[in-house]
Amino acid sequence: MRKFFANYGMILVLVLLCAFFSVVTIQKESAIGVGAAETTVESLVESAGKDDRIVVVGGARSESADFVRMVSSRLEEAGFTKVIKVIGTPRDFVVKMEELEQVGTPAAVLIGGGDVTKWTAWENIISESSDLNVVIPEEKIYSAFLRKGNLVAVVDRIVVIAVIAIGMTLIILTGGIDLSVGSLLALAAVISTLIMKWLGGLDAPAWVVWLGFFGGVSACGLIGLTGGLLVAWFRVAPFIATLAIMMMARGLAFILTGGFSVYQVPESLTWLGQGKTLGIPNTVVILVVLYVAAHLFMAHTRFGRYIYAVGGNREAARLSGVPVKWMLIFVYFVGGLTAGFAGCIQASQLNSGAPNLGTMFELYVIAAVVVGGTSLSGGSGKIFATLIGAFIISVIQNGMNLLGFESYTQTVVLGAVILISVLIDKIRTSGGLVKLLLE
Amino acid sequence: MSESIPSDIPLLEMRGIDKRFPGVHALADVSLTLQQGEVLALLGENGAGKSTLIKMLGGAHSSDSGEILISGCPANIHSAMSARDAGVAVIYQEFNLIPDLTVSENMFLGREKTKAGWIEQKAEQKETRHWLAKLGMDIDPDTPCRRLTVAQQQAVEIARALSTEARILVMDEPSAVLTDREVEKLFEIVRDLRAQGIGIIYISHRLDEVFEIADRLMVLRDGRKVGEGKVAETSRKELIEMMVGRSLEAEFPERNVEKGNVRLEVRNLNRGRTVRDVSFSVRAGEVLGISGLVGAGRTETVRLIAGIDAKDSGEVLVNGKAVSVWNPRKAIAAGICLLSEDRKTEGLVIQHPIRENFGLPNLRKFSRGAVLKESEETKAFERYKNDLKIKASSPDQRAGELSGGNQQKVVLAKWLERNTDIIIIDEPTRGIDVGAKFEIYQLINRLAAEGKAIIMVSSELPEILGMSDRILVMHEGRVMGEINDVKNATQEDVLSLAMKTVEANT
Repeated sequence: MRKFFANYGMILVLVLLCAFFSVVTIQKESAIGVGAAETTVESLVESAGKDDRIVVVGGARSESADFVRMVSSRLEEAGFTKVIKVIGTPRDFVVKMEELEQVGTPAAVLIGGGDVTKWTAWENIISESSDLNVVIPEEKIYSAFLRKGNLVAVVDRIVVIAVIAIGMTLIILTGGIDLSVGSLLALAAVISTLIMKWLGGLDAPAWVVWLGFFGGVSACGLIGLTGGLLVAWFRVAPFIATLAIMMMARGLAFILTGGFSVYQVPESLTWLGQGKTLGIPNTVVILVVLYVAAHLFMAHTRFGRYIYAVGGNREAARLSGVPVKWMLIFVYFVGGLTAGFAGCIQASQLNSGAPNLGTMFELYVIAAVVVGGTSLSGGSGKIFATLIGAFIISVIQNGMNLLGFESYTQTVVLGAVILISVLIDKIRTSGGLVKLLLE
Repeated sequence: MSESIPSDIPLLEMRGIDKRFPGVHALADVSLTLQQGEVLALLGENGAGKSTLIKMLGGAHSSDSGEILISGCPANIHSAMSARDAGVAVIYQEFNLIPDLTVSENMFLGREKTKAGWIEQKAEQKETRHWLAKLGMDIDPDTPCRRLTVAQQQAVEIARALSTEARILVMDEPSAVLTDREVEKLFEIVRDLRAQGIGIIYISHRLDEVFEIADRLMVLRDGRKVGEGKVAETSRKELIEMMVGRSLEAEFPERNVEKGNVRLEVRNLNRGRTVRDVSFSVRAGEVLGISGLVGAGRTETVRLIAGIDAKDSGEVLVNGKAVSVWNPRKAIAAGICLLSEDRKTEGLVIQHPIRENFGLPNLRKFSRGAVLKESEETKAFERYKNDLKIKASSPDQRAGELSGGNQQKVVLAKWLERNTDIIIIDEPTRGIDVGAKFEIYQLINRLAAEGKAIIMVSSELPEILGMSDRILVMHEGRVMGEINDVKNATQEDVLSLAMKTVEANT
């Protein structure tokens, strides 16, 4: 137990953060679950005619959209004939209502729950038309942070950084650093979407998507390998080697696209970053699979041990027969691969590729690794600690979004969090604040 | 010293010092007194608690209980700074000089002489010259410290200590890195300081030195004080027995091993000016000692054989076959391993567990495919831990927390497990106490008996003479001669070869 906390002490911070945001984001909101859908339909069976025009409203990309689908399908089952689904922005909702008015078939019943009830458009329409039968499910107390949709959003948001952080952890464990990952991400996104564009664009079959991903990832892998060669054989300082690569890769991404985003991609591109496998979001699957694999590699294979040894004392490792140079090349190779794969995920999430993606990401990734407690001087740190570090950053961003902080404030807070977590780590490893300050 | 006068207060008194580390009771109720103008030798095996005690005095550790009095007044030493203010200066084994700064910059680091914010370099250099001259050293204060010899660096450390007006000077193994001539010079300095009334605590493993320089001695064992007395009234044998806690028969164990075929042969090795045309061979079951003064090219030679540095030319043959040793991995695969003289920078990853250090060259053996079987590694390590009597709280203890002797045993264990036919040991007992030394000698004998070929590089003549079957003596990168009849050889024989200049070659 003590050993666990020695390695993963930051998990406490993560738990506290989650608890904090769960509490402060508690709010009252009309329910939008299955139960709420059923009671809504039941009440309508009694109060509304089968031919009444019923409008069901939900916000795009929120759980109220699911609510709309549930309610409308149940209404149709119950025999209602004129059910109109509106899923979109408040503006879409207003436009639809006006359209119905103009055609001369105004809505008789209006149903909406969750975030919809907080729209100004919603309130305006209710107050304007007095003869409208408005149905709002009963209010319940929720923690916005703990909503399933929100938790998935936390993962979606961090998956790119967390994937790169695997490669970065390996590199930092050897005492190196990789500044090129943000640019490599953009390059991979650009190369993979360009391949899709060339091989059919919007109508390309699914295998083209995979080919695109393969192209993007392997290009970044090769570039990572080159960085490793520079560091291991030519003894270029990692900071310099990867700084140069960072600039070249970014420039290359702009050259390839002429500075524009690539939108001519097939629909199936979205599967990787937005789809689900067996009902689990793919982003979650990716994180679990990659992190478990990386942990097993680092903790239970001899190559993992070699990487720790190279970072701990390169000379002692060399004299013990550890293939130091190969291990260095390997970690930069993995760094390139993970950055490339993250680029594919990013392209999939955005359904496009752009040369300016991933700007500053190298710093967020390094922050995640450091917040996780990995020492920048190499030799000590754990893979799962990095995941915890990535989550700490994501949870803070998400929590501040929910609380309505603007992005400038978020940047300041994030910087402070990095500092604080490093300080906590120092205090912990030196056995207390007093000792840290005195010794 | 004037013990008869009752008002005489000791310069330094440490009372009831107690310190625990996780799993170790490092110091148990230890007391120490030091008079003005006295040299107190602090002795004990590695791990006995000497370093811990000294670090407390220097402000690097704090004690759990106990007090320190300086000239009778309680001193609150909690940092290097407060130790300096209290008049204590500690010269650690690893010097605290910054290689790229000059001598005078190092001298005044942290207490620069300034006038209106500007450093007065002239004044600093003048004072540096003054203190160095006092030690009889002629060093230009403007030289970067990286260009100094080890002895000169030590002199700078001492000068710095003196310039802070330290009245208590602690020297941790000051002679370990010096040549014999330099040690003589050091002793002159120590005697001179003693005459000036400075109290000196002198830590050494070399018993000869203790008898030569110290007035009084104090022995620690397992964190307890086990003996104290005047040097003049203590015999060498008594002292060793006090340190080890048992009586010792001989300093070097007997060995009776039949020699086998030639295991390793080296032909015409060359590397720049450091190794020149070195050839020799070692048989199975044989211990070849390589002797010579510091800088004679001994370490450089064995580093070539072990593939650590690249050779310019020459051949290495193992069991009669030429092998390529252009990196350590190749050399290990060919059956050659080297235990380097510098454990901390070359032998161990000090912040990693000793079990992992032990495993490092042997991971292939402990893996199925790429998957590591940690249980096998732990089991193998536990065997060596018992066999070599490695003192550690657990296999997961960090290597850096172990004493020098135990660190050396961990390094030995990792190479024993690798089981190579040829074992090169560079300074096998540097910084190791008498008791552990004997164990390491026994181990070398055991390896020879198993048919290994052993090369032992050592600066200690008694060790070379006591342990080798044959001795190779080097000077300025060349083999100056070979002593085959070791039993009848003397230290003078070795030294005369080591200092012989090549007349024909000029």
